Amino acid sequence: MADEPDYSSRVALPPRTRVAVGGARDVTEALFTSGDRKKKIQGTIFLGLLLFGLSIALIAIAAMIIWAFVAGGPRLNVNLLTNVPSIVTPENAGYRTAILGTLYVIGGVILLIVPLGVGAAVYLEQFANPANKFNRFVDLNIQNLAGVPSIVFGILGLAFIVRGPLSLGFVAAAGSLTLALLVLPTVILASREAIRAVPSSIRDGSLALGATVWQAVWRQVLPAALPGILTGVILAVSRAIGEAAPLLLVGAVTFVTFNPSFFEGGYSTLPTMIYSYAKRPQEELQVLAAAGVVVMLLLLIMINSVAIYLRNRFERTW
Amino acid sequence: MSETTTPSPALPDIEVSADRVASVDTEPKNTFELRDVNVFYGQMLAVKDVSMAIPHNQITAFIGPSGCGKSTLLRSLNRMNDLIPGARVEGDVLYHGMDMYGPKVDPVQVRTVIGMVFQKPNPFPKSIYDNVAFGPRLQGRKGNLDDVVEEALRGAALWDEVKDRLKDNAYGMSGGQQQRLCIARAIAVQPDVILMDEPCSALDPVSTGRIEDLMAELKKTYTIVIVTHNMQQAARVADRTAFFTVLANDETGSRTGVLVEYDLTSKIFSKPDDERTENYVSGRFG
Ligand SMILES: Nc1ncnc2c1ncn2[C@@H]1O[C@H](COP(=O)(O)OP(=O)(O)O)[C@@H](O)[C@H]1O
Ligand SMILES: [Mg+2]
Repeated sequence: MADEPDYSSRVALPPRTRVAVGGARDVTEALFTSGDRKKKIQGTIFLGLLLFGLSIALIAIAAMIIWAFVAGGPRLNVNLLTNVPSIVTPENAGYRTAILGTLYVIGGVILLIVPLGVGAAVYLEQFANPANKFNRFVDLNIQNLAGVPSIVFGILGLAFIVRGPLSLGFVAAAGSLTLALLVLPTVILASREAIRAVPSSIRDGSLALGATVWQAVWRQVLPAALPGILTGVILAVSRAIGEAAPLLLVGAVTFVTFNPSFFEGGYSTLPTMIYSYAKRPQEELQVLAAAGVVVMLLLLIMINSVAIYLRNRFERTW
Repeated sequence: MSETTTPSPALPDIEVSADRVASVDTEPKNTFELRDVNVFYGQMLAVKDVSMAIPHNQITAFIGPSGCGKSTLLRSLNRMNDLIPGARVEGDVLYHGMDMYGPKVDPVQVRTVIGMVFQKPNPFPKSIYDNVAFGPRLQGRKGNLDDVVEEALRGAALWDEVKDRLKDNAYGMSGGQQQRLCIARAIAVQPDVILMDEPCSALDPVSTGRIEDLMAELKKTYTIVIVTHNMQQAARVADRTAFFTVLANDETGSRTGVLVEYDLTSKIFSKPDDERTENYVSGRFG
């Protein structure tokens, strides 16, 4: 088939999406390259540059993590996870409802973005005719959406999901939907790149053995692209976990003293909670906010570990 | 009286309307018969007016300069062109006397009966075993496929080299082994025909020799059509050879492939009828 233009260069993507897209492609391509010398040297130089950039980033991150542990140290105990929030008795306040809120919201995000993102990517890469006007319009807009600031999605969520046509109210489901819309373009672009990195000869080979297009996609192309797709999902979810701004607009209100539910009642999440503690002057609340950062880090590491475990499993066994 | 045909055992479900059935003078021993076949990509006519008969259990080679439509014509023999948006075949492609592009023919079914091996070895990034078992599994075969896998690997003269590492990833094999694995994979679905599009162009001479030996063995069971731009290869392996060339239209800038001459390989390489064939096979490019 004729080479399509590299669509990712047509519109400037935000760095985070670019990383997701590049990562998705590299992980998949690694499956199909056994190595030629020139590429290896280029790879080594590139790796060196990456490691340099990475070490700077890591130093900054390490500094922040150390700060969080030191500043939050006095409050790092089990109460922090199990107690409900409070500004009246900050020495006993915890993040239970915020942790649950984050898990609900992120769980909803994952449930939404995986099928929608992968489905859209499969359709656009394997079924859609790229010459079709509608498909090109969709294609271009996904790229543009990836560059829209998150606060805009918050406003959109408030107008169309909390109020307006969906009228869900200020509930966790509204937060999920809003964040899902925010990271969906990243997931679609990364999944497309991963699918695109699977050589078309793999698809043709399956078809020539009597597979339907659907079987070729489902049994060969998608499994080969899955580690790359998961890389995109991991990055998208990591972003969603850390978002506070759009959630403030769609009702992640601050002091929830009851366990949240998905479709009714208020909810809060870790980043919005930390934000509301951190902006207050009391010393104890500052400590609490720092300890919250540690909780959020742990949660992030946990969720990513599961995803990376899944990815490695698929890399080995599909 | 309506004519009936004996359906091919390979394509049991295909019914053919009487007017599309091959006329009685069709040689029964032909696997394919092409009549005035034109292949288009969108508006572009890539191959024009090809008529030829491809005999059963023989090796037929397509040769000709690059871009003359050899791959295009080959892909129209197992309907792989259907998968390219805008590609279209006109004229009759008869398979054992039946219209392969008839309304009741399922192209997926066609591809299980007419297998294909590609220019660059394209094993799946899976174990050797799973590569061979993929086709049978697609057809719904479950459980133990050890016998099927062994038979196919033996058929592709690969068994002795890989029998101790069936669970290893196919990417660890040499290029020649990978290509024989692709042949084994095609054999495993028990096709009637194997189409090969420059199967040796990415291989070294030793691997090429092995595949050529294998082809001589395979033609006892299968009909083989091979595209090659290596004329010695055509001379070595093919029973019949078709020479194609490309006609350029200076006004429209279009380039169209045509069949110049089709005959026994010995005739094509010793005393061809057409001057263009002569120039091509003797290396004087015309
Ligand atoms: N997928 C495709 N879409 C459009 N044009 C194609 C496609 N594949 C081949 N062609 C065109 O058809 C002509 C014949 O190509 P091909 O069959 O690949 O020639 P050959 O195999 O003899 O080198 C060429 O002009 C080529 O550019
Ligand atoms: Mg070709």
